[in-house]
Amino acid sequence: MQTAETNKTTKKKRTLAMLLGGVVVVMFGFGYGLVPLYNVMCRLTRQNDIGVADQIKNTQVDLSRFVTVEFDTNTHNLPWQFKSLQTSVRVHPGEMSQAIFEVTNDRNYAVSGQAIASYGPSFVAQYFKKIECFCFTRQTLGPSETRRMPVVFVVDSELPKEVNTITLSYTFFEIEGGTTNAKKAEVKAVRRVEAG
Amino acid sequence: MAAVDHAHGHEHGHDGHGHHPTGLMRWVTTTNHKDIGSMYLWFSFAMFMVGGAMSLVIRAELFQPGLQVVSPAFYNQMITLHALIMVFGAIMPAFVGFANWMIPLQIGAPDMAFARMNNWSFWILPVAGSMLVGSMFVPGGASGTGWTLYPPLSIQMGMGMDMAIFGVHLLGMSSIMGSINIITTILNLRAPGMTLMKMPMFCWTWLITAYLLIAVMPVLAGAVTMLLTDRHFGTTFFDAAGGGDPVLFQHIFWFFGHPEVYIIALPAFGVISEVIPAFSRKPIFGYTSMVYAIASIAIISFFVWAHHMYTTGIPLTGQLYFMYATMLIAVPTGVKVFNWVATMWRGELTFETPMLFALGFLFLFTLGGFSGLVLSVTAVDIMLQDTYYVVAHFHYVMVAGAVFSAYAGAYYWLPKWTGHMYDETLGKAHFWLTLFFFNLTFFVQHFLGLAGMPRRIPDYALQFAEFNKLSSIGAFGLGLSQLLFLYVVIKCIKGGKKAEANVWGAPGLEWTVPSPAPYHTFEEPPVVK
Repeated sequence: MQTAETNKTTKKKRTLAMLLGGVVVVMFGFGYGLVPLYNVMCRLTRQNDIGVADQIKNTQVDLSRFVTVEFDTNTHNLPWQFKSLQTSVRVHPGEMSQAIFEVTNDRNYAVSGQAIASYGPSFVAQYFKKIECFCFTRQTLGPSETRRMPVVFVVDSELPKEVNTITLSYTFFEIEGGTTNAKKAEVKAVRRVEAG
Repeated sequence: MAAVDHAHGHEHGHDGHGHHPTGLMRWVTTTNHKDIGSMYLWFSFAMFMVGGAMSLVIRAELFQPGLQVVSPAFYNQMITLHALIMVFGAIMPAFVGFANWMIPLQIGAPDMAFARMNNWSFWILPVAGSMLVGSMFVPGGASGTGWTLYPPLSIQMGMGMDMAIFGVHLLGMSSIMGSINIITTILNLRAPGMTLMKMPMFCWTWLITAYLLIAVMPVLAGAVTMLLTDRHFGTTFFDAAGGGDPVLFQHIFWFFGHPEVYIIALPAFGVISEVIPAFSRKPIFGYTSMVYAIASIAIISFFVWAHHMYTTGIPLTGQLYFMYATMLIAVPTGVKVFNWVATMWRGELTFETPMLFALGFLFLFTLGGFSGLVLSVTAVDIMLQDTYYVVAHFHYVMVAGAVFSAYAGAYYWLPKWTGHMYDETLGKAHFWLTLFFFNLTFFVQHFLGLAGMPRRIPDYALQFAEFNKLSSIGAFGLGLSQLLFLYVVIKCIKGGKKAEANVWGAPGLEWTVPSPAPYHTFEEPPVVK
């Protein structure tokens, strides 16, 4: 009787431990599951959509007012000369405009960079719609190459009335290991070919 | 009942000695919950000294503006190892030690459910501890990322980082095995009549903590595994150059990291919920609400992690949600604080050392809770992120919360463990010294933080010099005062006034067995009415 009781407890203990062990395995998987979940959240909240063209919903041009868009250019640890060919433009909200930027690689080897936009005041980011931008893709400049690149944009006519100046600032960052990634992609492609 | 148990204890004690190795092998091969509990506590104290020594290196460097004592790289290694060792090597094992010693005694079980696994979960710890400490001596030194191990820095560190990652893996395994053991013990081995709602509060806090550990430790293991594969096996979870996102690591880390805060705090609450009623000579006020408060703290703790990340650019709605959810945690925590105060109300209070530490906990932990509420406000936090205000806040909840509670528990149960009374005068001296130097060290850091002094930087602007000098003096005083505790414990083990079975006149099954508790207890389960 005593042993029967003990056996029953032992079995209960084992079952519970297995169950808890299962929870451990599931939670380890959940940690990895957070990776796609994070990407879905980023897509839903459009937090990381820096390289995607904006959709224009509001095509109404507000002729009653002007907005001054000022341009600012920076590089971060990158041997490039980067400037805007115009200091500022005056546009009507809703009107499509274009600005040209020029970048020169100072080195005698190819360098890759990625431009990141930021806005002053920062909340105008949601009203500043870029239809075409050199910041959507990484730029690789050959030795001593100079490139002129356009930004096509519309300032949404929903922009609050009190904003009359917007500063658009670009910073070019070097993409480290650009070559390594190219190599990685190559290796992957070769493997895919080999696999069938 | 006590007499019967006593007799049994002796019989089996003899039995046990017959086929037990002696000397060192006794400790290596032991499966006895009391032996393992003692080893956990000693290991924890040793790590507490190591981590404490590291914090003194930090405070020595910060004694004056400028760089005098160590290089900035070594300073970064010190802040990283100090935190990892204190959290995973000192505080958590201390409470697992209490759990091992006290849970079987409190629920009337003969031992932990899986005695051999218990031995394993302890002996992994010294290996993990030496990995962390040893990483200082490899080329490039230990990880210098801070305990949060944020990429991109953690992807660029040397092999010390890999040792930290493996150390974290081992510590996680140990905690998970310990937790499975604790849950199984509590759910299966309670004495007849001991229903869940009759369990001592310490067992309740550990039951819920063990569930938290099982849920979040694997997530941390996953996060550091991703770091490892990013470092060596070409994955790019966090490496932006390959399409990863370093902010993702922060989300995964804090999904673990915030419940971790309560993994540390809940057992501390449990000890306090034992000590305050004992020295108030009253049962705990609002037992049921205490249980529900613990459970709701545990559940809410899963949904507040991004309050550590207000400055990462999460959307405004996200910031607001995390702000309100964080404030919500203050409600069940407040319930607990009010219940402790209500327990003391009109009690016959006496102020022996355990009670002093419990009261110190109550005041200072609540203060740390309030600075936490200040930090939960997004707009304020953006100003205070990564300043010494945050350092002050979490040391109030970690040191004055967890460590004070561990001391309260240690003094409370020392007579049961050793069979002797500790030296009350020295115990009180230890408390007052610790209280004074703790506040000298950390209270001024609130002002430093509000004035804008950043954390994790070995140098600072001249206007911060006075407060930093005070803080460093406090830290050395605090460190030295802890040696007094070591002396008190050794003195108590060696001898002292003989302790009766129930020294404090407290309820609870652990006080029905003689002091010191025999090697085997409750082989015949007691009956609880």
